[in-house]
Amino acid sequence: MSELDVRDAATPPEPAATPVPDPGLEEHVERYTDVDDRASRATYRQIVAMLGAVPVLVVAFVVVYFAVPISAEFALFGTTWKAQHVLLGGTVGLAILLIGMALIQWARLVMSDVEMSEERHPAQTGPEARAVLAADTKAGVEESGIKRRALIGSGVAGGLGLLVVPALLALGDLGPWPTDAVRAKTIEKTIWAEGIRLVNDVNYLPLKASELVVGQLVNAEPENLQALHGSEYQIAKAKAAIIVVRMDPNSIRIPDSRKDWQVDGILCYSKICTHVGCPISLWEQQSHHLLCPCHQSTFDLGNSGVVVFGPAARSLPQLPITTDADGYLVARSDFTVPVGPSFFERDSSKDFKDGDN
Amino acid sequence: MSERKPLRRRRGTRAFVLAATLGLLAVVYAGFAPATRSLAENTEQITQGKDLFATNCASCHGLGGEGLAEEGVPALTNVGAAAVEFQVSTGRMPAPNTVSQPVPRENTFTADEVAAMAAYVASLGTGPGIPNEDQYLPSGLTAEEIAEGGELFRTNCSACHNFKGSGGALPNGVTAPNLQETSPQHVWEAMRTGPGQMPVFASGAIPDADVKKIVAYLEQVNAQPSAGFNLGGLGPVSEGLWAWIAGIGVLVLFAIWITTKGARA
Amino acid sequence: MAKPTKIREDSPALAVQTPPEAPPAVNKLAPAAEWVDQRSGIGKVIKGALRKIFPDHWSFLLGEIALYSFIILLLTGVFLTLWFKPSMGEVEYSGSYELMRNIPMSEAFASTLNISFDVRGGLLMRQIHHWAAMLFVAAMTIHMLRVFFTGAFRKPRELNWIIGVGLLSIGLIEGFAGYSLPDDLLSGTGLRFVDGSIRSIPIIGTWVEFFVFGGEFPGELIIPRLYMVHILLVPGLLLGLISAHMALLVYHKHTQWPGPGRTQKNVVGYPLFPVYAAKAGGFFFIVFGVTTLMGALMQINPVWLYGPYNPSQVTAGSQPDWYMGFVEGAIRIMPNWEWHLGSTTWSWNIFIPFVGLMGLLFTGLALYPFIEAWVTGDKSEHHLLDRPRNAPNRTAFGVACMTCYGMFWAAGGNDIIATQFHVSLNDVTYFMRVAVFVAPVIAFIVTKRICLSLQRRDAETVLHGSPTGVIVRSPDGGYTEAHTPVSQGEAYTLTRHPQWTPVESGGRVRQRLSRWFAHGQIAKPTAEDIEAASHHAHPISPVDAAADETASIGSGKDAE
Repeated sequence: MSELDVRDAATPPEPAATPVPDPGLEEHVERYTDVDDRASRATYRQIVAMLGAVPVLVVAFVVVYFAVPISAEFALFGTTWKAQHVLLGGTVGLAILLIGMALIQWARLVMSDVEMSEERHPAQTGPEARAVLAADTKAGVEESGIKRRALIGSGVAGGLGLLVVPALLALGDLGPWPTDAVRAKTIEKTIWAEGIRLVNDVNYLPLKASELVVGQLVNAEPENLQALHGSEYQIAKAKAAIIVVRMDPNSIRIPDSRKDWQVDGILCYSKICTHVGCPISLWEQQSHHLLCPCHQSTFDLGNSGVVVFGPAARSLPQLPITTDADGYLVARSDFTVPVGPSFFERDSSKDFKDGDN
Repeated sequence: MSERKPLRRRRGTRAFVLAATLGLLAVVYAGFAPATRSLAENTEQITQGKDLFATNCASCHGLGGEGLAEEGVPALTNVGAAAVEFQVSTGRMPAPNTVSQPVPRENTFTADEVAAMAAYVASLGTGPGIPNEDQYLPSGLTAEEIAEGGELFRTNCSACHNFKGSGGALPNGVTAPNLQETSPQHVWEAMRTGPGQMPVFASGAIPDADVKKIVAYLEQVNAQPSAGFNLGGLGPVSEGLWAWIAGIGVLVLFAIWITTKGARA
Repeated sequence: MAKPTKIREDSPALAVQTPPEAPPAVNKLAPAAEWVDQRSGIGKVIKGALRKIFPDHWSFLLGEIALYSFIILLLTGVFLTLWFKPSMGEVEYSGSYELMRNIPMSEAFASTLNISFDVRGGLLMRQIHHWAAMLFVAAMTIHMLRVFFTGAFRKPRELNWIIGVGLLSIGLIEGFAGYSLPDDLLSGTGLRFVDGSIRSIPIIGTWVEFFVFGGEFPGELIIPRLYMVHILLVPGLLLGLISAHMALLVYHKHTQWPGPGRTQKNVVGYPLFPVYAAKAGGFFFIVFGVTTLMGALMQINPVWLYGPYNPSQVTAGSQPDWYMGFVEGAIRIMPNWEWHLGSTTWSWNIFIPFVGLMGLLFTGLALYPFIEAWVTGDKSEHHLLDRPRNAPNRTAFGVACMTCYGMFWAAGGNDIIATQFHVSLNDVTYFMRVAVFVAPVIAFIVTKRICLSLQRRDAETVLHGSPTGVIVRSPDGGYTEAHTPVSQGEAYTLTRHPQWTPVESGGRVRQRLSRWFAHGQIAKPTAEDIEAASHHAHPISPVDAAADETASIGSGKDAE
């Protein structure tokens, strides 16, 4: 057992001698169920009762499965419950639990509980076996001839290593490669363009400038989103979603460069947070602050969407809007910067910074 | 799966009583609506409202409802009768101070008095009037329309009020209230007038027909039977807490029972 | 495999070795067993294992909760795959949940609604699956804490510790992938978060994003891909790692608490067959039963209330499952550091809390056994557990790390803290930015003081016995509490732990760390101290507590 004691000389693993000698295993004390026949019989009855309840519960499960419709419900403890769900789970759950508890009682109170001791051995292979292993390895290496024909070894290792290249390249079509041209058509562009109407989300009502009141918030989309479906729709919506707000023009700061991006205090911003991309619409109409419910980044819509709090680093992109001949709100162009979370190749020099004009 | 079943109305009696009461209230309000009253009656009501306003509201909002911008007290010149009805009959106004968010308390005014104050404020300028029940009470909606109400709710409301209207947190101690006990009329009025920090959701974008769908969805979603205790309806945070308490907690107790030696002879 | 010991030699269970003329009771099992053994030789393997000894302690069952949760996940997961359609193709819902009638949604979400509303027992299976997933990660975490605080990760179990860290880390991936599959509003919001986080990786972020999502977010491939990861790739890895974890456990034999007759060279407990098999089997059914009852009685992830994923919708209370909460918190409180260099953007505000924090956690966990062994110079095998108090610096360090994790976790619920305690959300965030650094330091100091106090109490118990609660009045009028001497077994248990001694070799850093690790421990009483104390005190006699404290502390030399 000397392997157990290998250690730096400075730190003995176990005290050479403990201050109190080891008295050895405690004497076994019998349980009530071992000495008292009545206690033993009671335990037996208890276990049998638990196991006896199992078939009853299983029958109940079958009855519920066929007799209780999936839409049935009942009220208890102030909650309306799905009857079938709760009864199915309750019966089978209790049956499983009772089997478990019966097994445990059997092990605890019926089976012998005399503690036993088993020897341990060091994890390492014994010295003789190690010697055999070393000798075998050496013989094998000799017989393989690799020592004299070293290039075979390097060739096999190098060849296997090179196979990593085709293995990785085979994954090259996991997605389109985000080259400059691909990015310009995907994550740096939305379906907004000049003249596209702003419509309310879900019901696609176009928004008339004259009908918007101060303090109003509209969760809006581009009108051309309606034509899309499936993943095209989701991808487009994940970038094009906007919020339209109307504020008193005298209570907000509109930089000179953005005077014609708004209509009488109606401003339009990307709904997609510049942090990790949650849609934001918690707008406080009095403070003009817009809060992201995911990570609490807060943007000031009365000041071109600059960050006033939280982990987001960039202003919310603003969409330049105007009205068409019928007085409906339309976009003047796509967003001037990519919307949504940052990415490495993003040129963030054109984002609005607090104090820009 | 495709056959139409009638929409279930759970908590039916409660909803019915609520609807009936509100309907009755609406009838009462309709009786006071300016269009059905003579000019003289109307003037009399406005005068009564002005007196009530001077006593209960003017100390903050000013006698002419001009507000106090530097204290954050809004002007009431263009808020309309609906704003007064919402704020006073939910007990948010009169507020005890101008600092904290007004919270619902018991309304101590009679319906007549609320209507009078609303009429006075309405006379100060423009703004949405008190709605008729056919503007907000959902009836005869199809399942598709109520489902669309769900889409509207999740797009416009759940960001602040949570997916089933349980409420949520906003910056600086402001909260979005729980909507499960809010009456359809007050939902309509809140959307149209934008109380406190809540933005306005005006009819240009969300017409009355859509408000009814939202109201119907909110009512139906909260009447859905739950698959066990709903743990507060707050999502993964409370579920995690229960996994530790009820799951790991109970299983550790079982583990202790399994390994305990118990009493010995 | 373990060699048979004297206990097993008289075992009646080895039917395969039974000669024909053996007693009939033993012969009973023979025909079937013999048939199998003649073709597989399985008896050679079972022979040593059948009466293998397992020590009994509640904290040794925590890992079993994780194992059983995994089995429950496999069973319920197979059920769910029979109906779930991992497709992002758009359909209009026409199932029996009326509040989604005609709403466009992915097939994944529609089939989840189908399982929940049109398959009998489907919702029960979904809820059991989700609760079991929460328990799986929770049980792995608490099992790992038990192993850490008792020093069970030390030689020869470092490999098993690393396998455990691997299990925990891919368990998080498995949980997250499963959370994402129903394509409901919360899971889509979670995927949006992952998309934004992947993008933040410097230089290659956009490429990783396009490769993971098959193009732009959300695309139409992420759910089929996550499905494969969730039901094939990661469960396969988990199965392999769990098998290795268990094989090493069996080979090393379980650690045990110190006590009379329990040494580094034996293991004391109950045999696998029948006691431990019944206990472990019974506990499996208990875990399964409790999980089923949780699924029946506690609603979890009601996706029909969240609605299908829609990139322009979000709900208050958008939080991940609990085990991702610490990353969520770190992201929330991180200052908004971002570099704009030329035409590139470096999002440290996301990269550091997302990749950085998770990398730090799992790398730190994996390396800890080797760091501690290097600091203590300990190269010996350990099969007896440390009581946490007897390794005060390790225990305090562990509690400090837990506190740091807990602070990040709390920060993940900063909005809920703000509403519950009526404080400003912004102030909570500023507070947490400081607390994640300061609270662990406080926790370290407090824990270490507690450990040392417990060590002092142990020493005193050995020297003067345990307090009896009997107050004795002495002839001169003083009142003292009588103490009763402890048994030899208890005294042995309290004094057998090694004392830490710093290494004297190696570089300055190592020596300094080693001195720090050994610093402050209370010297345990020596045989002479105990001898002296037993002369001083009678079996039940008044003891002057103050004088004894001086004696017990004075008797030991400072470890440094």
